[in-house]
Amino acid sequence: MNELSTPKTPLTIKDFTSDQEVRWCPGCGDYAILKCMQRTLPEMGVTRENTVFVSGIGCSSRFPYYMNTYGFHTIHGRAPAVATGLKLANPELDVWVITGDGDGLSIGGNHLMHALRRDVDLNILLFNNKIYGLTKGQYSPTSDLGTRSPSTPQGSVDPALNPISYALGSGAHFIARTVDTAQKHMPGVFKRAHAFKGASFVEILQNCIVYNDEAWQGITDKSVAADRQLLLEHGEKMLFGAEGNKGIRFCPEKFALEVVTVGENGVTEDDVMVHDETNRRLAQMLGELGANPGEPVAMGVLYARQADHSYTEAVLGQVADRKGKTTLKDIMYGGQTWEVSETITS
Amino acid sequence: MTSDIQVLESAVVRFAGDSGDGMQLTGSQFTTSTALSGSDLATFPDFPAEIRAPAGTTFGVSAFQINFGAKSIKTVGDRPDVLVAMNPAALKVNVQNLRSGGLLVVDTGAFSKRNLQKAGYETDPLTTGELDDFQVVELDVSKLTLEAVKEFGLGNKEALRCKNMWTLGLMLWMFSRNREPVIAWLEKKFSKLPNIASANIAALNAGHAFGETAELSAHFKRYQIGAKHSEAGIYRTVTGSQALSWGIVAGGELARLPIVLGSYPITPASPILHTLSNMKELGVVTFQAEDEIAAICAAIGASYGGALGVTSSSGPGIALKGEALGLAISTELPVVVINSQRGGPSTGLPTKTEQSDLYQAIYGRNGDAPLPVIATRSPGDCFEAAIEACRIAIKYMTPVMLLTDGFIANAAEPWKLPDLNALTPFPVKFAEAPEDESEFNPFKRDEQTLARHWPKPGVSGTEHRIGGIEKSFDSGHISYDPANHQKMTDTRAGKIDGIANDIPLQTVDQGEESGTLAVVGWGSTYGPISEAVKAARAEGLNVSHIHIRYLHPFPANLGMLLKNYAKVIVPEMNNGQLKTVIRDRFLIDAKPVNKVSGQPFKIQELLDVIRAEAAN
Repeated sequence: MNELSTPKTPLTIKDFTSDQEVRWCPGCGDYAILKCMQRTLPEMGVTRENTVFVSGIGCSSRFPYYMNTYGFHTIHGRAPAVATGLKLANPELDVWVITGDGDGLSIGGNHLMHALRRDVDLNILLFNNKIYGLTKGQYSPTSDLGTRSPSTPQGSVDPALNPISYALGSGAHFIARTVDTAQKHMPGVFKRAHAFKGASFVEILQNCIVYNDEAWQGITDKSVAADRQLLLEHGEKMLFGAEGNKGIRFCPEKFALEVVTVGENGVTEDDVMVHDETNRRLAQMLGELGANPGEPVAMGVLYARQADHSYTEAVLGQVADRKGKTTLKDIMYGGQTWEVSETITS
Repeated sequence: MTSDIQVLESAVVRFAGDSGDGMQLTGSQFTTSTALSGSDLATFPDFPAEIRAPAGTTFGVSAFQINFGAKSIKTVGDRPDVLVAMNPAALKVNVQNLRSGGLLVVDTGAFSKRNLQKAGYETDPLTTGELDDFQVVELDVSKLTLEAVKEFGLGNKEALRCKNMWTLGLMLWMFSRNREPVIAWLEKKFSKLPNIASANIAALNAGHAFGETAELSAHFKRYQIGAKHSEAGIYRTVTGSQALSWGIVAGGELARLPIVLGSYPITPASPILHTLSNMKELGVVTFQAEDEIAAICAAIGASYGGALGVTSSSGPGIALKGEALGLAISTELPVVVINSQRGGPSTGLPTKTEQSDLYQAIYGRNGDAPLPVIATRSPGDCFEAAIEACRIAIKYMTPVMLLTDGFIANAAEPWKLPDLNALTPFPVKFAEAPEDESEFNPFKRDEQTLARHWPKPGVSGTEHRIGGIEKSFDSGHISYDPANHQKMTDTRAGKIDGIANDIPLQTVDQGEESGTLAVVGWGSTYGPISEAVKAARAEGLNVSHIHIRYLHPFPANLGMLLKNYAKVIVPEMNNGQLKTVIRDRFLIDAKPVNKVSGQPFKIQELLDVIRAEAAN
């Protein structure tokens, strides 16, 4: 989206910061995401009055209170549904949905799925810390198998859900991933999500310092980040690694992506795939990348394919096409009617 | 032939057949023709939950009852005068209600051995003498229909589907009704299938001609039912779902707000979703959500955005909306919540009527979560009740529960069309930015109504954050302060209680404002109570009828009024819910009169109770 009215004078981070004291735990990854949002919104040229943050329940869902825009902290899992209604009432608004792995993928999995399927023009940020924080540390649908938590003292037995695969399966048109600490990477992802007309889904790998600290360490720690993160750019070779010589190649025999090293075993840069963010099948494979040893996790825009019309435009278009063509009186008086000309009392 | 016409004041006709026999269509067309003749009427479509139950079975029987007359008609009639039974199962299910001496028309063509067995008859009831109490007219409607439509070359199955029109033709003749509206309807309905249209019209005409010419037994008479002497005006027939949908649209227009309906299909509420989905010409936005929760959440989101959010469902769906209702109460956003009640608990009786969601409406949420509850009492009444729900929701910034039921939703009655220009508008004024530098408080209240003002996203200077967490009375920010929670709880309750001063005082529908016995009702029991009280009063009994629209809060004078009677009885199609609420609010010994069979009260049932109560 959104060619909205631009602010008269350039806004700053301060304009988007509310006067409410932030109440996340010290060191929570949410702080970095909040700061990044407050810092990036002015760069998007949006106004405070046209921006709305809608959230569900959970630590991440406190987010709207700290944004000096419109904000609605709703009920557990239902933010996508509330946001859909809001867009139907006023499609001009710039609506961000803030959710988490429990809120969005467990109790609200149905709503998130349908918001993505419908391609409602929302920017959906899913803070994934692989744990329930606000309720004190139970395992979540994205927790690794075997996670020990108050509700799974012997270890969880249900496999983790991959948010990217879920979003693709739901029919999402825009899917991206970033990391809470990636202050240089995240703004670009936010801007792309915001610019996309339709539902944009962003998974943010976020650290819960109290209940699941270092859950993403194996991907995000500085010592391994270069080897574990594949920073995607549309139209660019999918290269990564501390020395920039690792690449992603498509292996037709396995029908899978594989990691290769340029200069080894006869591999040249020509063998490395170019990222095409409009390729849904590629997005599916990229979303699953990282599950096996040696594989990096894909970051950035995995998939972006603009539909002709967003859901909101289609729904309101049907109304706009017909609006004013008749009146309530015409409908009510238009059926088979009869007239009683005078009151007779028998 | 006219010399044979007998003039009746009113009559009750019941069409009964297999689900696939088209009885609902037959009934609704008979209704249209009757309404156009100027008779007053009430209808009762009584159909199974199954879309197509196995043919010939008793649980697949679908019926349509109409009571019509030259007098004011308030119920569908206790017992039919005429029963049309299209097969043995329809006879089996419906015959016990036919008035003694009533006319029974059966299609003998459907009385095969197999069909008799399926209906559970060991011997053909037409031969056993068990129907001697009635005037039985045996006609091979199947054969007569096949002959009537022969020239159109339809297959046997298709040709037999015209049976209902043949029967309708006969009934139209019997009650001196016009065929023209039905013919016009058939031509329109089958405009793309002219052969089918012609066959149906031929069957209709054949049935009519059969009545005209056949030498039937002497008791097979023709009747004339006059026009009701009603108030001057333009009339039409209307179902509750139609009138309610139009009332919502009118409410939006009076508020100068767009309507956004979030809904999920559920019996018997779906017709409201269908009707409003077909009103885009009036700017109505409808959203078929992924579930009941999303439906109300979208309505709440729409109201947060400055539209009027509406959601429509039935009891099980309302249960799912409970948490979101709390959110709307806590954030003080207007939402109109429509409950077309059905038999419960759980899936219960989806297509049968009940009014057992009153507790759910008044009490059914976590926390102290009061909201206004309004009930409709008849199809036409839905229009005004829906407008009231919109008005109160907006003025008091609250969700409002509008109770109707499956009976009202599907039933039709003649309705004097209202003058839309005479309705009082209630335009919304959204919150404005503070004039000084002070911070905007989304929970600033009107001192009189206690309603908060309504900020609209997109407006500069009223940016704010709200949510389901308790907020400070003074600033609207999150607050866990104990005294503040007490104050906010009291304020929310006080706001809703105050609505009692903004609704009409309770009137007495029939009878004196004090006396021996008050019969207190709500919702769709209006007709039977009204008729029963009328009959009792004609017998000289001291009884009054009070019918309550505003169930929470009650009208300010209701307690005093009820205390004027020695006895109060409360007939309800539930296990005694309004009775409990009245006892609780007024410490009155209200007595329950309950019926939960999925069928409306009969006048006779209530009259018996009234006689017993008034006598001792």
